[in-house]
Formats: sequence, C-alpha cells, structure tokens
Amino acid sequence: MTWLAWRQLRFPLASVYAALALVAVVLVLTRPEPGGFGDEEFLYRGSMLAVYALPALLGVFWGVPMITRELETGTHNLVWNQSVTRTRWLGVKLGLGVPAAAVAAGLLGLVVTWWAGPLDASAGDGGYDPRITPGLFAARGIAPFGYAAFAFVLGVAVAILVRRTVVAMAVTLVVFAAVQVAVPFAVRPHLLPPVEETVAITAQTIAGVQAEPGPDGDVPEALRVFEPEGAWVLANETLDPNGAVVHRLPASVGGCLPRVPIGQIDARVLDRMRECFARLSDLGYRQHLAYHPASRFWPLQWLELALYLASTALLTWFCFRRLRHLS
Amino acid sequence: MTVLRARGLGKKYQRHWALTDCELDIPAGHVTGLVGPNGAGKSTLLGLAAGMLEPSSGTIEVCGGVPGSGPAQLAKVGFVAQNTPVYANLTVEEHLRLGARLNPGWDDELARDRVAKIGLDPALAAGRLSGGQRAQLALTLGIAKRPELLLLDEPVASLDPLARREFLQDLMEAVAEHGVSVVMSSHLVADLERVCDHLVVLVDARIRVTGEVEELLSTHRRLTGPRRDVDTLPADQHVVSVRHTDRQTTVLVRTDAPILDPTWDVGEVDLEDLILAYMANPHAGRPSLGVVR
Repeated sequence: MTWLAWRQLRFPLASVYAALALVAVVLVLTRPEPGGFGDEEFLYRGSMLAVYALPALLGVFWGVPMITRELETGTHNLVWNQSVTRTRWLGVKLGLGVPAAAVAAGLLGLVVTWWAGPLDASAGDGGYDPRITPGLFAARGIAPFGYAAFAFVLGVAVAILVRRTVVAMAVTLVVFAAVQVAVPFAVRPHLLPPVEETVAITAQTIAGVQAEPGPDGDVPEALRVFEPEGAWVLANETLDPNGAVVHRLPASVGGCLPRVPIGQIDARVLDRMRECFARLSDLGYRQHLAYHPASRFWPLQWLELALYLASTALLTWFCFRRLRHLS
Repeated sequence: MTVLRARGLGKKYQRHWALTDCELDIPAGHVTGLVGPNGAGKSTLLGLAAGMLEPSSGTIEVCGGVPGSGPAQLAKVGFVAQNTPVYANLTVEEHLRLGARLNPGWDDELARDRVAKIGLDPALAAGRLSGGQRAQLALTLGIAKRPELLLLDEPVASLDPLARREFLQDLMEAVAEHGVSVVMSSHLVADLERVCDHLVVLVDARIRVTGEVEELLSTHRRLTGPRRDVDTLPADQHVVSVRHTDRQTTVLVRTDAPILDPTWDVGEVDLEDLILAYMANPHAGRPSLGVVR
C-alpha cells in the first residue's frame, strides 16, 4: 500500500519540494544584514504570504484530490477490493501525506523566520510589526508545521464528506481561511493569560490621543499609553474611577487638544497637550494594558502548534469514522 | 457449501430502498447470473457482497465471513466494479505490481500469463487502453488475487459483441481452471445464457426468482389453450405470466408436477423467455414463492 500511495504522491511531492529548495536558496542569498536594510520589502511581504498560503495550498491540492480523484474515477472500487482494508488505505495515505505537508510548510516557515530574523529583531522602529502580533505570528516559527498538517487532514475530511474535487477544494479553502482568521482573534489571546497592568496617566506615559472631528473642532475620543517593546497588545484602554472602560474621554479634557494647525505642532505644543490630558489621573482615571510580551513568542508558538496538531488528530479520527460509510 | 448467504438483506439510500427483503443462498462452484432491469438493485447486491456498502437491514455472509471485515475476508472475494476502474496514470505493469503488493495470495505467473495472452503492453498507461482491454486488466487483477468468489458487475457492458464473447470465454476458462465461484450481473440475457448455471432475477429491489438454470427450465412450462380464466389452474401451478388473445390463452407457470389438463398444449421455455416473463411481471406471485428449491 505504501508503494501505491508513494507512487501517487511522488510527483506533487517532488515539485513542491523542488520549489521550496529554490525559495530557500533565494532567501539564503538575500538575508538582510542587521542594521543595513535595503529593498527587502518585497521579499519580506512575499515570504510572509508564502508561509500563509502554503498550508492552504497543500490542503487544497494534496489533501482533497488524494481522496476525490479515487472516488471520481472509481478506483476506490479497485483498491478497496485488494486484500487491504480501507482503514489501512487511508492510514497509509495520511501517514505519508501529513508529514510531507507539515515538513514542507514547516521548513518554509523556519527558513523565512531565519531570513526575517534581523528585521524582526528591530521591529518597532524599522516600521515592521513585532513577530508576536497576529499579522506576523502565523508566518514565523514552528506553527506552520501544525497549519499544514491541519489543512491537509481538513482537505481529506472535506473530500470524504463532499466527494467532488472542485467543491471540496473550495470548501477546504473557505474553512481553513475562516479558522486562520478566527484563531488569532478568538483563541490565541487566551492560550496564555495576558499580562494585565494598570498604568497611571501622566505626561510621560501618554503615547497618543485619538480625536474625532466634532461641531466645534476636534473632540478627544481615546487615549493610548506607551506599550512594552515588541509586545502583542490586546487592550490599551482608559478606565473611569469606577473601573469601567471609557468609550469617550470626559468633557473636562475636551479642551486639551492643541488649537493650532497641524504644521505648527511642535514638541512644546505636544508636551502641553500631554500635561493637559494627565489631569485625567487626578480625576481618578487610569489606563488598563493587557498584552503578551515579546518573550511569549515561543511559548505561544508551541501552544499554537499543539492546538493545531490536536485538531488534526480530531479530524483524523473523524475521517476514519466516516470512511466506513463511504462507498 | 454456500458462498453467499443473505437473510432479510436490505439497502436504503435516503428514502428509497435499492434492495429489500433479500433471502439468498448461492452455492459454491457455480457461475451465477444476476439479472434484472436497470436500477433493480444488482449493483447494490454486489456492493454489499464485496463489502463496499453496508446493509441497512438484515445480514449478508460471504465465504463464511462478513463482507469487507478485514484483510483475510477481502482476500477471499474479488470484485470488479462497473466500468472496470483502473488507475489511468499507472501502467499495466504497475497494476500488476499493485496487485502483488496488496494481495498475499497473488498469483504473479497467472497475472503475467493473462496479460501476455490478452496482448496488453506492460509499459502502456492504463488510461490509454481500450474499454475491452481495461476490462481485461481489471478482471486479471480480480482473478490473480485468487479469490474464492469473484463478483463482476456488468463486466461486459462496455464491450463490443466480439470482445464480449472473448471476455466471457476467457472468464469461463479461468473459472474452470481455478475453481472460483462467480456472481456476475448483466442485463444481457444472451450473455448469461452462455455462461451461467445458476440464476438470480432481481426486479424492483426484490428477488423474483433464484435457482439452478436447469432446474428452473425443467419446472417452468408454457401452456397454450383455448381462452380461459387462469384462476382455475391447480394450486401447485404458479402463474408467472399470462397473455390472452381473442381465442387463446398462453400462461407461463412454474410447477413441479406434470400438467394433466389435456386442454393445454404444453411447451418448454428457454432461459430468455423465463427471465423476461419474470422481469415483465414484477407483481406475479410473492417474492417468497420465487425461491425454487
């Protein structure tokens, strides 16, 4: 059975790994020097997209057809009537396909993480996001191993349910994309309890004020304090004296915004503005910060990998369960 | 010895029963023809026997085991599905390697002899074979795994008459040589007549009649006589079909006893008449009466 599964997977496998080798060579040759950044923007964005896309592509173009092609051409009738149970048939296919997909996406993730290391290290002042933030987290570290394993088995599970290649591909893509959007916002923040801090609002801690245009000039809406370097900030919000989250700053600081044209705002004007807003502290207002510090990047990566591998295991169990009813 | 035994077997798809109340005993060592109109449940019955489908009701036992229950059971049953599927991008040679690797009882010599005899180019991709060659390749895989029971679902449907004749002849040789029992479905009565010594007629998801061909032929009679009401026939003569003209009545009956009524002109029936009579009159008699012992 291994021979047959290998025979069916070897061409897609060889082509994907050859493309990966090519990408790796390009990245090795172009790794930015720490400090001396050039025009790495294209490769930075491109490699990030590649790590995002590869697990989905493997699920859609490896996982789905591995099942639907047999069902659509009727060859499952042939192979299930050799002296091999369909459980073993699926077991071998998954045993070969899941590691192949996970290693492909995982290696790409590691190479890209290494390539972007100097840029990630200087995140913040270089204009790049910290690697722990949702936009970048999934394109770094070891989590891509889990994404690809999950996407592959998801493709197989959808194929077993839907049975038709094109439909199964579309469903797999939509479901996987939905999971990849939902996890960073609904699940990942809670994998570890975030660090909670209450920060006094002083002229030194205020990082910025968000204002909305009103009938009599701009009205201050929200206030942010300085955030820890390289952290993934979940909340940076003002609490009133009762501890409730403020959605609109009180009218008493309404006049704090500088009434000068943008061009004339200088450090002195800003300092005066900050001092003005710092009066909130005297009124009992304070700032609430919730965040995952930069040092949590690897713990969160391991937890995310574990989460996806557990989901993969669950989907695998589902596949074997449904397989008995497939015909 | 019974090679296939079904008790109250049924298969339901959504709300419609593809097969119901199936009671069947197929003895070993026979070539059994499974015949019926399209959609009668032939493929469903074969799928159940191969373990490709799960019964919705009742039980089925094939070669003494539950179909598809494990590698040992799978090794005992060969199944060539409708349209004789093969892997289009695998060569003939690779199909033989597939068979050798997936079947402990694989008879490589037999497989290679057959491929040579049929004249298949081992290096040719199976997707480029003709319909007949593909059927032969699929049958080779089925035979060379050396099963006790070979299930063939419309194996000749896609073949031209010449290829069909060759295929069946070839099948008969293999059967004679290796003593394998065969159940094959077809809606081409002429094909079955040539190769089958046992018959199962399936109509509207039910078994209409089953038995050995010789016995069936000897217990069915065509009675022709002056026009009359068939309700007056003796109780041991089961009416399969009736046809009236203005002056004449023709009845096909099944009976073990001799026909004593002198007003009847008694004639023999051939297999085709018999099958068509059952297929055309699905409601004549009860299914339970259809079992001829």
